[in-house]
Amino acid sequence: MKPSVLILPSILVACACAGGCSTTKLVRVQPWERATLADYTMRSDRDPLHTAMSEHIYFSREASSGGRGVGGSGCGCN
Amino acid sequence: MWSPKNTSLACLLGLVLGAFVASAEVKVGAPFPELATFSLEGSLPPHEGRVVLIDFWATWCAPCKASFPFYSALQTELAPLGFTLIAVSVDKKAAPFDEFIKRFAPAFATVRDSGQKMVAAIQPPAMPTCYLLDRHGVLRLMHSGFHGDADGQKLRAEIIKLIEEK
Repeated sequence: MKPSVLILPSILVACACAGGCSTTKLVRVQPWERATLADYTMRSDRDPLHTAMSEHIYFSREASSGGRGVGGSGCGCN
Repeated sequence: MWSPKNTSLACLLGLVLGAFVASAEVKVGAPFPELATFSLEGSLPPHEGRVVLIDFWATWCAPCKASFPFYSALQTELAPLGFTLIAVSVDKKAAPFDEFIKRFAPAFATVRDSGQKMVAAIQPPAMPTCYLLDRHGVLRLMHSGFHGDADGQKLRAEIIKLIEEK
């Protein structure tokens, strides 16, 4: 088989693959399928203690002065 | 005789047809599919020859809940003039749906698309999305989301316009 014969099918396959990447419908969770995502247990701030600990860690890390809120030295001791 | 060129053409035809099928959504100006063909749970009200608003909603959707009091008032006000609102829930489970209906007691008909077949066929872009049909069952307006009174008044004006059409 001549190499030139394979050019057109190759282009078509490449176009199909590229088209698949650009079509959001292939991988997207549809609006009517988001019941689980909308559930309360999916919220990152559902547990106040966990939120407080996460805030504290974020505040302390990398000597981040101020963290998310008011000022501080980043020692994590306040 | 079958040649590589024919194979390429067949591939191209397949791609075109595939793209057409994937985008088979309802269009404004085209007849809306008949509700009775989707095996919805619950009884559909008589809506032949009436202006119909079909609203896709879910119990887990906050804007959908916000729209219910307005839709109830709309149904109560405009039903005598030839308007029917049909709310299609996309909830798969019956329990939250039943509880919601018991709690809010809407003035309009609510049915459940438990298999999500209708919603998959119509493909609303967001929750909630409503479709306004004229007296001949033709889709005249599609509206996504519910942002309070501004959206409600816009919908009401469109419904009254269709009711007054002969």
